[in-house]
Amino acid sequence: MTSEFAQPTLRLTESQYATIIGNCYDGLPNEACGLLVGPLGGNAEPTGAVSEARPCRNVDASAVTYTVDPRDMLGAMRAAEARGDEIIGVWHSHTHTDAYPSPTDVRQAVDPAWLYVIVSLRDQAPVLRAYRIRGEGIAEVAVELDRG
Amino acid sequence: MAVEIKLPTVLRAQADGQATVAVDGATVGEVFNALVARYPGLRGNLLDDSGSLHKFVNVYKDDDDIRYLDGLDTKLADGDVLSILPAVAGGA
Repeated sequence: MTSEFAQPTLRLTESQYATIIGNCYDGLPNEACGLLVGPLGGNAEPTGAVSEARPCRNVDASAVTYTVDPRDMLGAMRAAEARGDEIIGVWHSHTHTDAYPSPTDVRQAVDPAWLYVIVSLRDQAPVLRAYRIRGEGIAEVAVELDRG
Repeated sequence: MAVEIKLPTVLRAQADGQATVAVDGATVGEVFNALVARYPGLRGNLLDDSGSLHKFVNVYKDDDDIRYLDGLDTKLADGDVLSILPAVAGGA
């Protein structure tokens, strides 16, 4: 993978981080999911900034798969549009495995520009990592927590 | 009648980078045909080989999923907004 692919750094506020982790624990025993809203840069790709982390329903209600409720996605799209932003990524939890994209995650990745956040709840402390997925390629991107 | 179609970011490259496209049509199917005629690269993302709505795409007429209306036969009125959303899914 080129270094260009492993961009941008995902920048979350403490509040957004807490929203994502809380949503993942709230979803147990099932996988949880949500959408990231943020600006696009001049290259029409995410800048890494997040304006809103929006928890969504997992319509699969499953411990091993997730599907974002399309009605929640419609709401996220409208909220993004109202801000002049876009949906720039998705998070979901892995309840019993690493914070790394599964073959299903790679096969079903929607948009090569998106940031894919995975939260592992396997261990005592949650582990949040972010990736880009393009074709079969996976590149981890850095995550910065803005402590304000 | 003119209908506005909102495209997700992933499909815009096949539509000259546009986020919204206005096309004419009295049903979702007619509108999709007009859209695909203008931007042929979108066809495989919207419709399957049999011409049905692709299973990984959700289409909303205003607040309603067209699968729960009349699918591609769903009637449209002037000023309706169609939102095309990719299915977002995965799993451990």
